[in-house]
Amino acid sequence: MSESLTLSPLDSIHRELGASFTDFAGWDMPVRYSSDLAEHHAVRTAAGIFDLSHMAEIYLVGPGAGAALDFALSGTLSTIPVGRAKYSLLLNEDGCILDDLIVYRTGDQEFMVVANAGNRFVAAEAIRERARGFDCVVRDDSDTVALIAVQGPNSAEILDHIDGLTVDGLSDLGYYRCVPADFRGTPVLIARTGYTGEDGFELYIPATDAAELWRAATVAGEGRGLQACGLACRDTLRLEAGMPLYGHELNVTLTPSQVNAARAVDLTKDSFVGREGVVAGTPADARVLVGLQSEGKRAGRADYEVHSNGRVVGIVTSGALSPTLGYPIAFALVEPEFTQPGTVVDIDVRGTAIPATVITPPFYSRKARA
Amino acid sequence: MSIPAELQYTAEHEWVRIEGDTAVVGITQYAADALGDIVYVDLPKVGKTIVAGSVVGEAESTKSVGELFAPCSGEIVEANQAVIDSPELVNSDPYGNGWLFSVRVSSFGELISADAYAALIAE
Repeated sequence: MSESLTLSPLDSIHRELGASFTDFAGWDMPVRYSSDLAEHHAVRTAAGIFDLSHMAEIYLVGPGAGAALDFALSGTLSTIPVGRAKYSLLLNEDGCILDDLIVYRTGDQEFMVVANAGNRFVAAEAIRERARGFDCVVRDDSDTVALIAVQGPNSAEILDHIDGLTVDGLSDLGYYRCVPADFRGTPVLIARTGYTGEDGFELYIPATDAAELWRAATVAGEGRGLQACGLACRDTLRLEAGMPLYGHELNVTLTPSQVNAARAVDLTKDSFVGREGVVAGTPADARVLVGLQSEGKRAGRADYEVHSNGRVVGIVTSGALSPTLGYPIAFALVEPEFTQPGTVVDIDVRGTAIPATVITPPFYSRKARA
Repeated sequence: MSIPAELQYTAEHEWVRIEGDTAVVGITQYAADALGDIVYVDLPKVGKTIVAGSVVGEAESTKSVGELFAPCSGEIVEANQAVIDSPELVNSDPYGNGWLFSVRVSSFGELISADAYAALIAE
């Protein structure tokens, strides 16, 4: 372990639990506690608890906060009601993707932007710069805000049983909604959001109180199948759910339309950073993000080539043997002529051509199973 | 971390049990833990001639791929069908039912003792 890694406020709990750790964007975070697969299945069938304190929390406060975000980000945030969340993109001047984020409206004049850990400083700096001239203050509270996610079909019941957690209307809280709550005198923001494809919640709490909340949630999870979950299963869960990961499916060379994220861009706005780039359009021959599924057990992985008739036509951005589905799945960027669902290509798995069929993600949907 | 004293090891985190002119080969618990849940193994075919130090197969987990190296030169006698069918045996019983393949040995590569292997992974 490098001495420069940042430790989570929950670090001592993870070590008590015997976690294995990984360097994630400079943070020493749990990659697994025991078994990736057991943790993955726990989230699909019962519940998992994740430490996501590495995520970045950037606040905009003031009468101009909404307008600042409308200028800084791809979507329209100023009109979402208090208590709503919205997925958005941070674009550069060329209309390419600097980060993907979730924006929560936490007050009439207050928004919380949650950015990827690896993009914390890029996002905070860009938002601060773009918010100049708007009547608001930008504050990067990433170091003092912890994030605990409880995900899975039993998550609502577990939250109901956390001793000392007081929240109004949790059972009515819809997807992509958030509500302020109280945990033993400490303010907590509870959001019905997640990155697993299951029902679940994300709890934002001051770092100083995060360990107490984790322990209380663990107690509430006893008898309800709650499993501590690391970042390894988070990756396979989000991949099955068809959710992109920055640095894999999204990066600064890609435009929203290449990665099926055009819906996050609101061109009815007169002015926002990246608008000219988006309007100028994406080259017709630019690669496009698709889902691939294969038979057997051998998965394509990030950076493996996609071939057709021996020619390179794309590249895998993420891939795994799907723990839920039992067959290999992947995201890949492919040339436009290979994007039709049903198209068959080959993934070059370390010298072996593994046939794969183009599909439209998600690979797994909890609605389809119900 | 289990490192049975009666086995020999390689720097590539494999173990070797020598039984007469045959070597039984697997990966260490340290390697299995580092890979995570193993979901697929690709083992050399019976009868194949292998050369010490060369890549002869793969062990894939949900997160990564580990190459299997030949700890010795010789001919493959058996590939463990139980592990092909149930790769999780490598995680649950790496030195027992999770063995990978056996080799009729013509010559060994560089093998180290359990103590030397323990020192290697402590680095």
